[in-house]
Amino acid sequence: MNNIFVICETEEGKIADVSLELLTKGRSLANQLNCRLEAVVLGHQLEGVEEQLFPYGADVVHIGDDPRLEPYTTLPYTSVIVELFKKEKPQIALLGATTMGRDLGPRVSSALHSGLTADCTALEIGDHEDKKAGKEYKNLLYQIRPAFGGNIVATIINPDCRPQMATVREGVMKKEIYSPSHKGEIKKIEVDKYLKPEDAVVKVVERHMEKNRINIKNSSIIVSGGYGMGSKENFSLLYELAEVLGGEVGASRAAVDAGFAEHDRQIGQTGVTVRPKLYIACGISGQIQHTAGMEESAMVIAINNDPTAPINKIADYVITGDVMEVIPRLIKAYKKNTK
Amino acid sequence: MGLNIIVLAKQVPDTRNVGKDAMKADGTVNRAALPAIFNPEDLNALEQALRLKEKYPGTKVTLLTMGPGRAAEIIREGLFRGADGGILLTDRAFAGSDTLATSYALSCAIRKIKTYDLILAGRQAIDGDTAQVGPQVAEKLGLPQVTYVEEILSAEKGKLRLKRRLERGVETVETPMPVLLTINGSAAPCRPRNARLVMKYKHARTVTERQNLSEDYIDLANDRPYLNIPEWSVNDIECDANSLGLSGSPTKVKKIENVVFQAKEARHIQANEQEIEELVKELIANHTIG
Repeated sequence: MNNIFVICETEEGKIADVSLELLTKGRSLANQLNCRLEAVVLGHQLEGVEEQLFPYGADVVHIGDDPRLEPYTTLPYTSVIVELFKKEKPQIALLGATTMGRDLGPRVSSALHSGLTADCTALEIGDHEDKKAGKEYKNLLYQIRPAFGGNIVATIINPDCRPQMATVREGVMKKEIYSPSHKGEIKKIEVDKYLKPEDAVVKVVERHMEKNRINIKNSSIIVSGGYGMGSKENFSLLYELAEVLGGEVGASRAAVDAGFAEHDRQIGQTGVTVRPKLYIACGISGQIQHTAGMEESAMVIAINNDPTAPINKIADYVITGDVMEVIPRLIKAYKKNTK
Repeated sequence: MGLNIIVLAKQVPDTRNVGKDAMKADGTVNRAALPAIFNPEDLNALEQALRLKEKYPGTKVTLLTMGPGRAAEIIREGLFRGADGGILLTDRAFAGSDTLATSYALSCAIRKIKTYDLILAGRQAIDGDTAQVGPQVAEKLGLPQVTYVEEILSAEKGKLRLKRRLERGVETVETPMPVLLTINGSAAPCRPRNARLVMKYKHARTVTERQNLSEDYIDLANDRPYLNIPEWSVNDIECDANSLGLSGSPTKVKKIENVVFQAKEARHIQANEQEIEELVKELIANHTIG
């Protein structure tokens, strides 16, 4: 009772990264609240799936294994999760802000009348005082998310309704093994008891899934490199920074033409237009052909050894120096301050 | 086979065009500078409804929107593009609704409309980006749902065949009607206004809007009932007042922080470890990263 639940997704038997990221976040919240972390996996032929979840700190893995749960469809998953939640009464439930999580989450919250916050960028535990009602709340989940096109950051709470539900996009939280030897309990979900015949009305006729594609457009953080990066090898530093920040790598046309990066990553008039929350321009001079594709970024950091580079005019922060020295310092500072 | 289609639409501030000039000097959003528009993906939903209307004669497309009085603008916009009618759900009691309270109010209004085969909505609204109201309405009405729909492939014998656009792929699904669908921005764009329909509906008004018009227009509306945009308040729909507005919203906004844009002048950071770490700490503190 009153534990933290993470609804996990699988891709061909493998737990999705976003679910492992949520387990990592869920683990630290569970330690803070002194409660258990429980994972839920629904699907078919899930033998051994718990082994992927225990190292990330799951104390309990609920497994619902049934052919009717593969592939994902809304109604069967809703029935199982709603009944499971009624029985287990979680205080917090986390889902990936994926096509599945954003389809299932609102459905479950509507059935249980519990609050749901979409696309959180941070989750914290904190107290709340409702002065009007004269009530004090301890240890609520602060669900922090951008709103209004990213122009404001809102902290949302669900004081009275449980579970407190939130979705988080892939790459926003960090994925980290809690302990390779951590073990927990397996609980089989009695799927038969929960599924209703009318849950099967929507049928998936055909499905074509693509492998991970480069998707800089939807990334909220972009680390972009220009001709000033010098070589394709030096670009690997950008991948490293993007990875720790949970972002994607972009490139200017000059860098793509020089063969430093694939064309799919090109930002600008002849590439894609991006509007991330944070754009880090590394070794990019800032020709209009490039800035046209990124000037609507909410925040721009320019790293360049030329103090007069045009990019500095649209930047919020300018770091004048050698990118090959500055980026490792950024990575180091980030790791040090997020542990 | 004519279908009864309800399209859920929302009037939203155009958050896509919040450039640095749409921010006030203190860094807060200058809401007055943002035009109110028809939520883009709701237009994609309207287009799918209008295509079904062309294909299946006798189909009726009704817009339903909840919002302040000025939201009647998007009903007119829908009429100009081919919708058959629209209802404005408006009441102070709805103010402060989160997605769940909004979906409750909409579901009560849909129950009052009563006859429907299909409910269409945009995937999400650009002011909140939650994508929650569609599925929450479906749950409240006990309907199946299909989200992220890019195309309605066919609607035969009470069944729909749909193409869904997922993050990493495409799915074809079949569903019986009635059903609620949310339509993706990648679906066909909405047709423009039709000049003939603009002429026909330009004087369409809600009761409240008509109060400010001259007698001539009131006579005109009496002669042409299609110029009346129904306006429903809490009293027109059967609902539990405690489930509306702030009291019906499980989520509360604890705090709002404006993302303060540095006005023009860039801040210069020295490339040394100490200053870079200060910058990183600041970015973590204001949730830009972390």
